Amino acid sequence: MSETSAVAPRHLTFLRRLESWKPAEIAFWLALVGVYFAFPTSLVFASQILITGIFAMSLDIILGYAGIVTLGHAAFFGIGAYTAGLLAAHGWSDPFLGLLAAGVAAGIAGYLSSFLLSRGSDLTRLMITLGIGLLLFEVANSATDITGGVDGLQGVVIGKLFGIFSFGLYGRTAYLYVLGVAFLLFAFTRSMMLSPYGLALRSMRENKTRALAIGIPITRCLTDIYTIAAVIAGVAGALLTQTTQFVGIDVLSFQRSADLLVMLIIGGTATMYGGFIGAAAFLLVQNSLSDVNPQYWQFFLGILLIIMTLYLRGGILGGLGKLTGLFRSRRNKERP
Amino acid sequence: MLSILGVIFDGLAYGSLLFVISVGLSITLGLMGFNNLAHGVFAMAGGYLLVTLMSKAGIGFLPALPLVFVAVALGSLVLERTLYRPLYKSTPLIQVLLSVGIIFIATAGANFMFGSGQQPVTIPEWLTGQVSLMGLDLSRYRLFLMLVVAGITLGLIFGLERTRFGAKIRASVDNQRMAESMGIRVERVFQLTFALGSGLAGLGGALGVDVLGLDPNFAVKYLVYFLLVVVVGGPGSVLGTLLAALLLGVADVAGKYYVPQMGAFIIYAAMIILLLLFPHGLLGRRNAK
Repeated sequence: MSETSAVAPRHLTFLRRLESWKPAEIAFWLALVGVYFAFPTSLVFASQILITGIFAMSLDIILGYAGIVTLGHAAFFGIGAYTAGLLAAHGWSDPFLGLLAAGVAAGIAGYLSSFLLSRGSDLTRLMITLGIGLLLFEVANSATDITGGVDGLQGVVIGKLFGIFSFGLYGRTAYLYVLGVAFLLFAFTRSMMLSPYGLALRSMRENKTRALAIGIPITRCLTDIYTIAAVIAGVAGALLTQTTQFVGIDVLSFQRSADLLVMLIIGGTATMYGGFIGAAAFLLVQNSLSDVNPQYWQFFLGILLIIMTLYLRGGILGGLGKLTGLFRSRRNKERP
Repeated sequence: MLSILGVIFDGLAYGSLLFVISVGLSITLGLMGFNNLAHGVFAMAGGYLLVTLMSKAGIGFLPALPLVFVAVALGSLVLERTLYRPLYKSTPLIQVLLSVGIIFIATAGANFMFGSGQQPVTIPEWLTGQVSLMGLDLSRYRLFLMLVVAGITLGLIFGLERTRFGAKIRASVDNQRMAESMGIRVERVFQLTFALGSGLAGLGGALGVDVLGLDPNFAVKYLVYFLLVVVVGGPGSVLGTLLAALLLGVADVAGKYYVPQMGAFIIYAAMIILLLLFPHGLLGRRNAK
């Protein structure tokens, strides 16, 4: 027995190696802290990018890791945004309470709708997610008494963070608040995806029949992960509400779900960081191109999508991975 | 009582349009399993082509329709060759992304060339106005629509059931590998079906300018309807698609007529319920891809 314990089993060392934080990852988060000092005037925009990054990460969990194609993920983002907004508009202004409530509300919605996804083909699922998203949009659109309809939800006032720091005009508090929440959610997601549970999810994506054959409870995994992704999306929605102190009906729109999918693909799926990188790239380009003409942006995005589907499947991070792989194999050839 | 019949009539006319536009998508989806969300783009192209032909080239409404059909079919062949074919074996996600890209380009392009407003169309005088039938005032144009669709449906069913090419399509939908080993060139079959289906979508879009309207957001606005018709009808089934389209058309018109405050809510709710009850479509085959 003592001999086997001296050398850890191979799968354990594999998991441990996966789990350790790499220098590039630490640099990534330090750089985000650095943004606070380097770009003090564009912190509002930076918060938007981070929030969208969290939202994209939640899509990555179900799309990149579990392999469920959805066109209605904005539903959970919107539920979170409206929950936090309604709470704050009715006097419950503590930001953390808002986050918690938004996560719970979105989680319940995700849990219930996950049962609709356990049947049918990919196309059927796509249609069901799309249908739920459109349905919620219609509900928010017609329930003008509660949501404010097309005009948006007004009168959202957010209290001080920890009772000390108020959300000012320049978004300093907001940025650090969003960054903190983003890091916590990311660390949670990361450890979940690198755990045996995450590996089980990936095996489900690769081959359902075989995954079932080695004893992975597919339906339960799907329910769990869909709920977790919904919670994270809901929290992201709540963050948007709290940092902008407003809820527009576009939080539930089809465009948001479609854009999100595009961001994730641009960044790279099943990479953990793809969502953040994609969101940053997407929003930065959109910001500069839309100033010229919004139609140019849409046209450019269409071309980009077609090129990516035909030639560049892995997105930005996939492309970088290929480059470093190429570099490494060349270096290995030089030093045999 | 009369209003109920009127709603059903309008719903059937609306459903017939949905059928013409979606039937091509149904067959190509059943044949190749390609998740083409951009099918509405062909319908939109048909609509804009009709408007341009009539206003710029001065061609009449009736002669313009076959021109639209041929032009959209030929255009779709080019797209099939360059964009769709490399992705037949890809995952649904990649196919969805490609078609979303095509929708974006088409929307931006239509916006750029025709502006964001609704496009007007002048239908010939003998098609405007009402005709009295058994005490019901029916719109002539909608009656014309239903006749055209009835003709197309009969033609399609005859073509699929009685011609050699139809037999090839059915064989390829049933079992692609078996069909291939019997010497059927499935890829060629698919190409022609794709062109035919897109041409029909273009025709449907042209016929529908007066009923559905036409603006750059057409492809997104009706995307759900087309997909819904196909998924509910069962991919690859012409009769299933017809049934689903008519059902949906009546449900949508009735919903908008009787409970306008619910908006599009009814159609989405109906879709989710139908999909849960019939995950493989109303008349779909259980082993379909």
